Amino acid sequence: MRIEVDADLCQGHALCELEAPDVFEVERKGKVRVLDPAPPEDARAEVASAVRYCPTQALRLLET
Amino acid sequence: MTIPFVSGGPDHLEELRTDPIALMERVRGECGDVGAFRLAGRDVVLVSGAEANEFFFRAPDEDLDQAEAYPFMTPIFGEGVVFDATPEQRREALHNQALKGSYLKGHAATIAAEVGRMTAGWGEDGEIDLLDWFAELTIYTSSACLIGRKFREQLDHRFAELYHELERGTDALAYVDPYAPIDSFRRRDEARARLVALVQGIMDGRDPRPPREDRDLLDVLISIRDEDGTPKFTADQITGMFISMMFAGHHTSSGTAAWTLIELLRNPGVLDGVVTELDDLYADGSEVSFQALRTIPRLEAAIKEALRLHPPLILLLRVAQNEQEVLGHRIAPGTMVGCSLAVSNRIAEDFPDPDAFHPERYLAPREEDLLHRWTWVPFGAGRHRCVGANFAMIQLKAIFSVLLRDWEFELAQDPGSYRNDHSKMVVQLARPCAVRYRRRKRP
Repeated sequence: MRIEVDADLCQGHALCELEAPDVFEVERKGKVRVLDPAPPEDARAEVASAVRYCPTQALRLLET
Repeated sequence: MTIPFVSGGPDHLEELRTDPIALMERVRGECGDVGAFRLAGRDVVLVSGAEANEFFFRAPDEDLDQAEAYPFMTPIFGEGVVFDATPEQRREALHNQALKGSYLKGHAATIAAEVGRMTAGWGEDGEIDLLDWFAELTIYTSSACLIGRKFREQLDHRFAELYHELERGTDALAYVDPYAPIDSFRRRDEARARLVALVQGIMDGRDPRPPREDRDLLDVLISIRDEDGTPKFTADQITGMFISMMFAGHHTSSGTAAWTLIELLRNPGVLDGVVTELDDLYADGSEVSFQALRTIPRLEAAIKEALRLHPPLILLLRVAQNEQEVLGHRIAPGTMVGCSLAVSNRIAEDFPDPDAFHPERYLAPREEDLLHRWTWVPFGAGRHRCVGANFAMIQLKAIFSVLLRDWEFELAQDPGSYRNDHSKMVVQLARPCAVRYRRRKRP
């Protein structure tokens, strides 16, 4: 799986970091930084939650 | 290309005050994805459809600003709150701590308990007014979750009634004059003054040095001092902050809860499926605070469909700060730009049989809400998508988990007679809007 970020939409709410801290990092007042753009399969549940709970729907999960 | 104007008018203020959805549907019908109407002497460019909506929802505040777009909110919040703030300050304020994921489980438990308290005096059967009942419930849930349980315990139905007067004070006449001498504006200002007095009373009764673990947001605000030691915030300012914190989540959640119940009762097959789903889910005695944070597919689909058909906000507005272009049309600086959620949500190409209640459109593989992210927009979309959307879904799941577990409902009037009152910018259920309840008999 692969993660795509729409940087226009990210407002730095950092809910993704809360759901999947190994994959996403958001600095205070900053935008999301994807630490691992192609995370391992066993992180799927957390990453899917991060995508789902993003308040601005800035994240997408793609199957590669 | 010049932007086509809709028929009617020459000014559409009166139509916006009486039948805004018909006006906005006519803009799309006559002009297409980009059309215009006149509001109190100003042009409003109204967009709909995926491409024009994407332009609207992606625009930063520096291009399409919200500050001047909602003149009816300033007398409600008070000067210096929310829309008087700069885009940067607003971005900061949006990061509401209370909506963070780690608090949500506690909120779900709080909401379930509030539903229990509101139904504690119900007896075996009776009738409720949906507008009153859900408006009072959501005053308690939003104050408890966003401000604190201690503050909530000091509120009663009076706060809900005054708050309702504020919401009723959102006549579009505010685009001419937010302080025009009309009854709803007078009542709005009286209600706000009485809310300030209520909050002042609560502040006067507070222990100036409460134990740390017992402090709520009000204690914190009271304790903040200027350099010379005088309190930084007056009761008026604190009331304004509380009103604004609760505003976005109050009439919206209240209306959506009411419409979800109405649509379930109008569609008994869907209701049966939801009740069975909840019975199965809670058969093991699990807690609402646990399940409300997880997916409850049939209930969620019913809520989403109620939101699509009856979005609590029907029109979002901005003001162009510089020249903009959408689908080849030029928008001049200073023009108002609107996006109609009510119209977009019913575009037939995206949502087949658009006026019908079909929750199955959200189940895989259709997932029409995800597929049409720029037209399925009850929460808006893009940069300013509702930050409370997740909280709202959890709240609604918690409310129906408790209500449908313990009670059966039936419509108390003709199914076609439930409708919204569109005479104010804050849309509310029109009266009468009664349903009957009866305690569930378990085998």
